Amino acid sequence: MSESFEPKIVAFVCTYCTYAGADLAGTSRMKYASNVRIVRLPCTGRISPMFILKALQKGADGVLVSGCHPGDCHFAQGNYHARRRWTVFRALLAFTGIPEERIKFSWISAAEGAKFTELINGITGQIRALGPFEQYQELQTVIETQSTY
Amino acid sequence: MAKIGVFVCHCGENIASMVDTSKLVHAIGEHPGVTVASEYKYFCSDPGQETVKKAIRENGLTGVVVAACSPRMHEQTFRKACAEAGLNPYMLELANIREQCSWVHTDKDEATGKAIEITRSLVEKVKRNNDLKPISVPVTRRAMVIGGGVAGIQAALDIAAAGREVVLVEREPSIGGHMAQLSETFPTLDCSQCILTPRMVEAVQHPNITVMTYSEVEEVDGYIGNFTVKVRRKARYVRMETCTGCGDCIQKCPVKKIPSNFECGLGNRKAIYTPFAQAVPNVPVIDREHCLYFKTGKCKICEKSCQIDSIDFDQQDRIETIEVGAIVVATGFQVQDTAMYGEYGYGRYKDVVTGLHFERLASASGPTSGKILRPSDGKEPETVVFIQCAGSRDASKGMKYCSKICCMYTAKHAMLYAHKVHHGKSQIFYMDIRAAGKGYDEFTRRAIEEDEAGYIRGRVSKVFEENGKLIVRGADTLLGRPVEVVADMVVLATAMVPQSDAKDFAKRIGIGYDEYGFYNEAHLKLRPVETATAGIYLCGACQSPKDIPDSVAQASAAAAKVLGLFSKEQLEREPVIASVTDATCAGCWGCVIACPYNAIDRKDITDRNGNVVKRVASVNPGLCQGCGTCVTFCRSNSIDLAGFTEKQIFAEVMAL
Repeated sequence: MSESFEPKIVAFVCTYCTYAGADLAGTSRMKYASNVRIVRLPCTGRISPMFILKALQKGADGVLVSGCHPGDCHFAQGNYHARRRWTVFRALLAFTGIPEERIKFSWISAAEGAKFTELINGITGQIRALGPFEQYQELQTVIETQSTY
Repeated sequence: MAKIGVFVCHCGENIASMVDTSKLVHAIGEHPGVTVASEYKYFCSDPGQETVKKAIRENGLTGVVVAACSPRMHEQTFRKACAEAGLNPYMLELANIREQCSWVHTDKDEATGKAIEITRSLVEKVKRNNDLKPISVPVTRRAMVIGGGVAGIQAALDIAAAGREVVLVEREPSIGGHMAQLSETFPTLDCSQCILTPRMVEAVQHPNITVMTYSEVEEVDGYIGNFTVKVRRKARYVRMETCTGCGDCIQKCPVKKIPSNFECGLGNRKAIYTPFAQAVPNVPVIDREHCLYFKTGKCKICEKSCQIDSIDFDQQDRIETIEVGAIVVATGFQVQDTAMYGEYGYGRYKDVVTGLHFERLASASGPTSGKILRPSDGKEPETVVFIQCAGSRDASKGMKYCSKICCMYTAKHAMLYAHKVHHGKSQIFYMDIRAAGKGYDEFTRRAIEEDEAGYIRGRVSKVFEENGKLIVRGADTLLGRPVEVVADMVVLATAMVPQSDAKDFAKRIGIGYDEYGFYNEAHLKLRPVETATAGIYLCGACQSPKDIPDSVAQASAAAAKVLGLFSKEQLEREPVIASVTDATCAGCWGCVIACPYNAIDRKDITDRNGNVVKRVASVNPGLCQGCGTCVTFCRSNSIDLAGFTEKQIFAEVMAL
């Protein structure tokens, strides 16, 4: 792990709360680390665990899932489904050997630009400390070498 | 073969100063599938949009990515431009390189790199976009106004005047709200009842308005243009249809000493009552809690005294279901519980009262017939101290906001007091005098100059009783010294706070609220009367503290929004909805459980002879709101969400 490691983090956010919160951070000219790439979805309920795995497979070092606060979901219950799904998915993560710390789940409302800024800086720091996520790449190498004989 | 056009906006300097746009254009121009890539100072401007349209026409583009601001800002603008150039409007994506890139980063290289990745991923997404058509849904052109205060009445009258039906729901036995409790109103000092009661009567008599008093909204289902509202019509135990409002029953009722809410506890009412003499409708209700018959099974004096047999002890609450196309929320406010200011002695000393108490004391229809008398001994107070911001602008009590009306009503109280008690002396403790409004500053000047209201700049630390007098101890911060005023009565300029059940109610009907419980507008500046839930509008003090002119103005604005919605028979909705692939659906009904809107039905698939061979899920496009929870739930990948399909999102992730 080199000194200048900059993690890549993919964020899956809902358009009504967290995406709007991120916009608010922008209109308020708050500053935060540039490591996060946002994928906008209608609701956290739309976020499939497969998206998270795909992002990690593609080379993301961390994943963020963020939506409306419990009780405030624009779609009434989507974020509850997301939360339940996350609880189940956690066990699967452990099974696959992906450290849970690579994935962060949070609630950011449309009014919480400052909280969004803190969250991004926080998660960037944490993932930076964890170092690059290389398990998938290693696995890829193993598969390739195995298929040669 | 995809032909994507990418248009990178400078947004003046907003983007160009932090993102190297030329580098972005160059990088994205080489991305497979990108036919055109260009940059411009303002793509949202007329010539900017023309450039986009021209590029679509000349190159036969199949998709467009505009790298600019948030889609929340200009998605509609560019969708329209695409449509005008003959491209399906849903073949557009906005890459947000302003709010989420140039404005929040400080390193130009990093920001440029991020902008390239954001734009590239959306190019990959847009390649997989599909032509979509907006969904048309019918609009029920009837509105519901919840709350019968001055804001609700105004909204109902305006909608009704335009020829649309309105259902006005009020939970108290009479419409009128807080305004009916006020004595005179600032800055004109015209009597509140005199200007309000004619409007109340107008509302109840209007052929387009159905007034439901003593009724509460239990549940709201549906969506813009098509709401189904369940209203609980609470049992009045008096037949609305026949009662003439003669008041015989009230006179005969033996249960007398129930503190009246309308009089803020300064007067009493009976167990069968109308809240005030000018109540609309003028039909009493029986208060089950205090009624002798309901308590002991004996009495029924009201029934005997009623000459037209309008008392009905067997009435039950009933639920009425009403179809409406739009909802205006005008549920108003309540006066803050000043008991949290222990140091002011509210609740301990009878002569420490709230602003609303003072209104009742000054009101000609109030318990003292408009005479200012001390609640403790009924004597005329010689000195009255008014304490402003008693509950507003006090972060330590969790009340950070300015309640907006208190400066004005305190000045009004001081004037009314001077007019009624000529030798009386008023002292007002204030933090600032906020008199912004038409005729407001002139009004407060008048209170000081003509009616000799004494303003002392500073806070009160303590109110205590000594020898039958109230001692008000505070500071005069202009003179920089402590002061003590001996008063006969203390009036607290209590704050306006949301109704105690405001948050529960918001959850029930599906709108947002702020940290205090005031309802959130869709945009503070540009969409002040809409909520984030399409088809639900706001007016009056349920949104924030407001005076009467503001509430009325906002009510008319909300009515205008409703009428705009009702101007068409059909409504176009975003086609972001789910759909099922019948061939793979296994009928596990996971999606049915997941859907928060009950939008998924079971559909029979039949063979040629009409035999059911399979049952699959089927999405009702009218009910589907497009959250996509069902998609994630589906075990066989048989449901997908238009605009956010699995293919689109995976492509987006892969390109990051």
